[in-house]
Amino acid sequence: MRDIVLCLGGGLLILGAIFTLIAALGVIRLPDLYTRMHAASKAGTVGGGLILLAVALVSLDAAVALRALIGILFLLLTTPISAHLLARASYLAGHDLGESTVRDDLKTRLEQNSRS
Amino acid sequence: MNGIFLGVVLALIWAGITGNFSGLNLLFGGVIGAGAILLLRYSLQQRGTLRRAGKAISLGLFFLVDLMMSALRVALIVLRPDIRSAIRPAIIAVPLTVKSDAEITLLANMITLTPGTLSIDVAEDRSVLFVHALSIKSDAELIDGIKNGFEARIGEIFK
Amino acid sequence: MSVSQFIELSSLIALVLLSAALLLSIVRIAIGPTLADRVLALDLMTVVAMGFIGAIAIRTGLTLYLDIAIAIALLGFLATVALARYILRRGLKEDAAMEAQSK
Repeated sequence: MRDIVLCLGGGLLILGAIFTLIAALGVIRLPDLYTRMHAASKAGTVGGGLILLAVALVSLDAAVALRALIGILFLLLTTPISAHLLARASYLAGHDLGESTVRDDLKTRLEQNSRS
Repeated sequence: MNGIFLGVVLALIWAGITGNFSGLNLLFGGVIGAGAILLLRYSLQQRGTLRRAGKAISLGLFFLVDLMMSALRVALIVLRPDIRSAIRPAIIAVPLTVKSDAEITLLANMITLTPGTLSIDVAEDRSVLFVHALSIKSDAELIDGIKNGFEARIGEIFK
Repeated sequence: MSVSQFIELSSLIALVLLSAALLLSIVRIAIGPTLADRVLALDLMTVVAMGFIGAIAIRTGLTLYLDIAIAIALLGFLATVALARYILRRGLKEDAAMEAQSK
């Protein structure tokens, strides 16, 4: 039983590191700011969360595991907020969407507001 | 009643963070929790939370599954060699039926962590949420997905 | 292969992968092109740093490192919030001007 938990922890550690690497790869490869945010917020959260989960499993200690779970909770709460704030700030500051963007409802709304 | 329940939960979280479940530490956590609840008592004046705990847990599980799916989808897109043809980014206006601040915050947070979407802004009259999608097929499909998935579940919890 | 060897090996693999992720996010910070891209890459870098600390905690068995990982995650969040407000206030014009100046 103990060995299974430890092996699972090791596997989750590698999986988390792979997701973090994919997030970094996405930040490099995706063409514009907003699509990059998708990679950083989703793959980044899952990567970091899986690594904390691995620490919780490998430690075999309830107090440490609980702290790791609270850490995961913090991560789940804070990453979307920071991604949203950054997206909103850069949109309102005037960063362009990539040229492959097919539709922009927010722009039409802002134009309507400024006209009325 | 509600405040006491919240205070016990906060005391347990405190004991969890400090890694010490002795009686004195739990008491200390309870005192700090009570102070926090006292400071926030006006914004916490909502109806009973215990009843909805079950639904909140099911929403949490649904959310965790969705989070894994979304990370996998982003990963598959990032790893494709023809990345520019794989993505079709767009900003879509999603009409909101939930109205309170807490519900919109929760919905926006969950949208950011679910497949292919990122919330950018809320209209001033709280009727529309602007969502950035990584690769849309059709906008109706995206709006339906949010409406029947998270928005319905969040509405049930806060009803 | 014993379990402790497997843990040792997996933490080594994780450290290598995380190093690559750190390198890629540093490349994004270096090439920009805008301030918002750099802030995004910095945000990712704090997640990678958290992963490093987690992997080292597993490797050394010192779970005290976990507190540092949580503290770094919260610190990264606060930094991103502050920088997002800065981007909002400054707008894009000065960004372009600064890019031109540095060239």
